[in-house]
Amino acid sequence: MTGVGAGAKDTTTISGRSHAALADDFLRAAVRFTTDRLKDRKRGATEELGRWEEWRERGRAIRSHTVANLDHYLRQFVANARAAGAAVHFAADAQEASAAVLGIVQEKQATLVAKSKSMVSEEIHINSRLEEHGVRVVETDLGEYIIQLAHETPSHIIIPAIHKTREQIKDLFTHDGGQDLGTDTKALVAFARSKLRETFLAADIGMTGCNFGIAESGSVVLFTNEGNADMVSALPKTHIVVMGMERVLPTFADLEVMANLLPRSATGQKVITYMSVITGPRRAREVSGPTELHIVILDNGRSSQLGDAEFQDVLNCIRCGACLNVCPVYRHVGGHAYGSVYPGPIGAVLTPLLLQGEEFADLPNASSLCGACYEACPVKIPLHDMLVALRRRAAQRKAKPGGVRVDRERVAWSGYATLFAKPGRYRLVTRVARIVQAPLARDGYIESTFGPLVGWTGSRHAPALAPEPFRDRFSRMKQDVKVARQNDGKAAESDPR
Amino acid sequence: MRMRVALFVTCLVDNFYPRVAESMVRILNSCGVEVEFPPEQTCCGQPAFNSGYAQQARVVGRTLLEAFADFDYVVSPSGSCAGMVHHHYPSLFDADPDETRSARELVPKTYEFSQFLVHVLGVTDLGAFFPHRVTYHPSCHGSRLLGVKEEPLQLLAGVRGLDLVPLPHAEDCCGFGGAFAVKMPEISTAMATEKADWVTETGAEVLVGTDMGCLMNIGGRLRHMGRSVRVMHLAELLHEGMEQGRG
Ligand code: SF4
Repeated sequence: MTGVGAGAKDTTTISGRSHAALADDFLRAAVRFTTDRLKDRKRGATEELGRWEEWRERGRAIRSHTVANLDHYLRQFVANARAAGAAVHFAADAQEASAAVLGIVQEKQATLVAKSKSMVSEEIHINSRLEEHGVRVVETDLGEYIIQLAHETPSHIIIPAIHKTREQIKDLFTHDGGQDLGTDTKALVAFARSKLRETFLAADIGMTGCNFGIAESGSVVLFTNEGNADMVSALPKTHIVVMGMERVLPTFADLEVMANLLPRSATGQKVITYMSVITGPRRAREVSGPTELHIVILDNGRSSQLGDAEFQDVLNCIRCGACLNVCPVYRHVGGHAYGSVYPGPIGAVLTPLLLQGEEFADLPNASSLCGACYEACPVKIPLHDMLVALRRRAAQRKAKPGGVRVDRERVAWSGYATLFAKPGRYRLVTRVARIVQAPLARDGYIESTFGPLVGWTGSRHAPALAPEPFRDRFSRMKQDVKVARQNDGKAAESDPR
Repeated sequence: MRMRVALFVTCLVDNFYPRVAESMVRILNSCGVEVEFPPEQTCCGQPAFNSGYAQQARVVGRTLLEAFADFDYVVSPSGSCAGMVHHHYPSLFDADPDETRSARELVPKTYEFSQFLVHVLGVTDLGAFFPHRVTYHPSCHGSRLLGVKEEPLQLLAGVRGLDLVPLPHAEDCCGFGGAFAVKMPEISTAMATEKADWVTETGAEVLVGTDMGCLMNIGGRLRHMGRSVRVMHLAELLHEGMEQGRG
């Protein structure tokens, strides 16, 4: 087992990165404050709707059915989108997707791209790619705008700047605007709005993600609270949609279910403030909308999950962020500690699945398997089971030729298996342990500040083994079974250890 | 025919907290149930399973299939270990038809302690008297995997003199998670610290729960922080209360 103790300066593992986050009281307070509020609101909104478990089951059924038949619905979506006049591009990975976007941007000789919030665009790192080519990119979602000012990445799927305090946001805006704006939210929002309005009008290209693609019509559906996606998709001449290939829904009737689940799960809202349904570019008789609509459909490791019984359901995710808000690990370390585009429980599952390899292989270990994520998930993705399945996968990889030479964990668990497989050995080993611990035990606790369990004993008292295990005591216990409760006879040997 | 009830002690309670198991036996005795202890049992295999070592978990879990084959009911002081059986045994033992059958048989007869009292024995009032301010931590696996939510509260409601104060953020994990606590000690400690702080804030003299793994974690943290809250398993509290109720 590899424990990273306090003081480690390691940015390659989640335990190392968490070390810094845990020392940041501002970050922790900000994350706690907002996730608590979101959780409360969600509770209110789901109770008000009623029969939440049935809604979840409907959501799961729709998403599972769609993902199980993804080839069919995706084909239908693409055919209908094309029929409506959209240009559809397929991208096998992040590189291809950003190349496709860059190609369109260069063809249009665009210099300014206005974006609305989109996690999938983070996944393909499009902002830095465009900026490398001299294209200015402006995020128009307020949270994303803050993140952009801070030169950071989002730390939450729905609330990108969740880790920032109001003071910090004020400082960023003050720096950007050249005047002290105070900490009043209204003033800050007004400032951002006015800056952003210029962008909407000047942008050559608008870029959005896609919450859902409707197969029966080829429509792209966007949910926002600020209405910025409406503007981004309607004002510039060209609109580029980047969408994960699993984002499809068969029909508008399915969308209705999602429209009930997503806002409630994400922010505890009954309905989303703005829902845009975009079917093809502007038609001859229409007065607004872009003249060109491009849809870039991204695979990037998603199709490898199809047909995998353990992991296919991860594609059910509707990116609501509810699993982040309830996750006790996320609560304490925030999103950046995960080191990946997608943080929290969904990130700990999705990232190692999408990007195979060692870099993110430790993310699934960052969970106590408490199951809060599963309970919160509106489409019932068994994230806690997937985390274990990923650990299993990592262990198997280490066992393969070419894997690590000695998997110390395997040695430890194999030792455990050998000793605990037979009651006689189990008894013997616990007896030996009792003798070994004797010099360390005091007052029922072990005092040790070294050794393999220091991760425990460094911050918590560890109990000592009882002088006698229950199994030994049981053989001497006389049971006193009472037929009537008023029988008053005291049981023999009830002395506590 | 008399029902045969086995105690599924769990390795943690067997070795560290035998008093919890003894309290369970005494309480069940007082409800007219004689308890047997099949000594073939060692551990449910969960520590290895959750770390990704399923084969090792299987080898150990077999001891339970063997130990409990002849019983009508299997009662455990841990919702987590009972949850392991419910949630994972059918798939863990799906390779061998005999084992699949034993695993499937074991699932419906395995109960967490409070579940067994309330649903099988139909008992919520044990005549206990425990005049203390108490707060309750619902363990994640028991409440989420096994659905044990109301039962411990029903039993606590049946205790005279007990002043139950709600634990803020009760449903948040305490940070135990088995090997997680050792692998990610800093995160785990942050979680345990928050839990310990909330427990302290309630002003309760006693923290009660239904899983010694979690209680070992919270109790160990409380003690390390120099807080004097007493930490008890539900069975211990009820048994102590029954003794007092009699006295
Ligand atoms: S996994 Fe579930 S809870 Fe988490 S973001 Fe996706 S849909 Fe929401």
